[in-house]
Amino acid sequence: MSQSTLVVAEATTEAPATGEAPAEGTAPAGGEAGHGTESTGAEGGHHGAFPPMDAQSFPSQIFWLVVFFGLLYLLMSKLALPRMAAVLNNRHKTLEADLSKASALKNETESAIKSYEKALADARAKAQGIATETRARMTAEVEGERSKLETSVAAKIAAAETRIAGLKEQAMKDVGEVAAETAADIVAELTGAQVSKADAAKAIAGLKG
Amino acid sequence: MDPVAAKMIGAGIACIGMGGAGIGVGHIFGNFLAGALRNPAAASAQFTNALIGAALAEGLGIFSLVIALLLLFAV
Amino acid sequence: MAQGIDPIHQFQLHDLAGPWNIAGYEISFTNSALFMGIAVGVVTLTLLAAASRAALVPGRLQSVGELWYEFIHNMVRNVLGAEGKPFFPLVFSLFSFVLVANLLGMFPYFFTVTSHVVVTGTLAVFVVGLVVVVGIVKHGLGWFKLFVPHGVPMVILPFISLIEVISFLSRPVSLGLRLFGNMLAGHIVLKVFAGFVVLLGSMGLGGIVGAIAPLGMAVALTALEFLVAFLQAFVFAILTCVYLNDALHTHH
Repeated sequence: MSQSTLVVAEATTEAPATGEAPAEGTAPAGGEAGHGTESTGAEGGHHGAFPPMDAQSFPSQIFWLVVFFGLLYLLMSKLALPRMAAVLNNRHKTLEADLSKASALKNETESAIKSYEKALADARAKAQGIATETRARMTAEVEGERSKLETSVAAKIAAAETRIAGLKEQAMKDVGEVAAETAADIVAELTGAQVSKADAAKAIAGLKG
Repeated sequence: MDPVAAKMIGAGIACIGMGGAGIGVGHIFGNFLAGALRNPAAASAQFTNALIGAALAEGLGIFSLVIALLLLFAV
Repeated sequence: MAQGIDPIHQFQLHDLAGPWNIAGYEISFTNSALFMGIAVGVVTLTLLAAASRAALVPGRLQSVGELWYEFIHNMVRNVLGAEGKPFFPLVFSLFSFVLVANLLGMFPYFFTVTSHVVVTGTLAVFVVGLVVVVGIVKHGLGWFKLFVPHGVPMVILPFISLIEVISFLSRPVSLGLRLFGNMLAGHIVLKVFAGFVVLLGSMGLGGIVGAIAPLGMAVALTALEFLVAFLQAFVFAILTCVYLNDALHTHH
């Protein structure tokens, strides 16, 4: 690269000339200066090489690239990116805190809902218990009343039945007596024979027998 | 042959290589699209890989462009 | 006129200060260096402004900063896992630098830092060099088993290892050239279409009517270039992560 100083010096003096020289359309030059083709003079375009591949400019471009890229890297890694990361981290943390708060609140709400539902279910169970208890008590009461009533009615029926039976027996006894008297009367009327009541009764019993 | 004309012709021929890069990039995105339509859920995750493939394929075409430029301006 | 439609002119470097002779090299402060500095300033000021209010409910700027931060944070975590934490500032710096440099290049008359192969190449070589260093520090010389895959027959093992080494060595090349090529090609195409508009516009009324088509194309390409600017920064960052993953977790 020791020759480059010489070539660069030549190129820099040529640079303004390139701008002024009327380039014929887009036709490029026939090569680098000093290439020695016949057409170079006729074309008369650029004397330097194709600028992006012009090796004379390489050292200075590499130098400034290293300088500026190094500067950018330092600025990014020491200044800009940590700040950016801090901003994002801050947001992340705030969001996290808010989210955790929200989830805590949600848990609270859920537990409140759960306890409310539990109270509701308890109350319902209690009401049901009371209802069944009342129903049972009332049934038992009704049942007791009825059985009491039934026993008293049965007792009355039984008393009535015994009275009826007594009356019936009495009636039957009366019927026999009346029959004997009547029979004795009939016999006395018909035969004139006096028949005691006892004999008549005996006779009737014999008839019946 | 006139050396300038030869250089121009050579540069033009070198640029045919760009067509190959075009075919390659087209293949990559065409196949990516075909796969993406079959399984759209996985498409977004693979788009980066499609871009890498396209860049690699295109880079080879750029070589031929650079050859053409070298022929035009540097040789 | 001719200078206006020369699509290469936008990549020209101008000395703004210098050149100074440092260690035998000519170092001059060019427009490229100026835009590197602007990119660094934009990234730093945006992030500091985004973090300054530190509101719980982020405003517009803070949302952008947080999205930016978390995008890379998730990428590093998904690809590298917990061990990737020390590399987060680096991946973030790479992504931000490339992204802002690409987007700054979308402004008219602004210089696109990433359209110079030496810039992207230096970043790529740095990344792959870091992979090698980290791999050797973490796994010692056993890290080189990365090039000797398991379950390969002894006969073809040398060839496979050779291919692995070549594929590893092609990483910085492809990583750097991809970004460079995308930005360069995009800006050239944009400039070419814009040049068509200027060229046709100078050809009278018919030309102005005819210039509508390339103008529409230029507008559409501008949108595409914004996408590419973001996508290439993303790809650069995620490939950095993927390569670092090889250094952190070697799969034997």
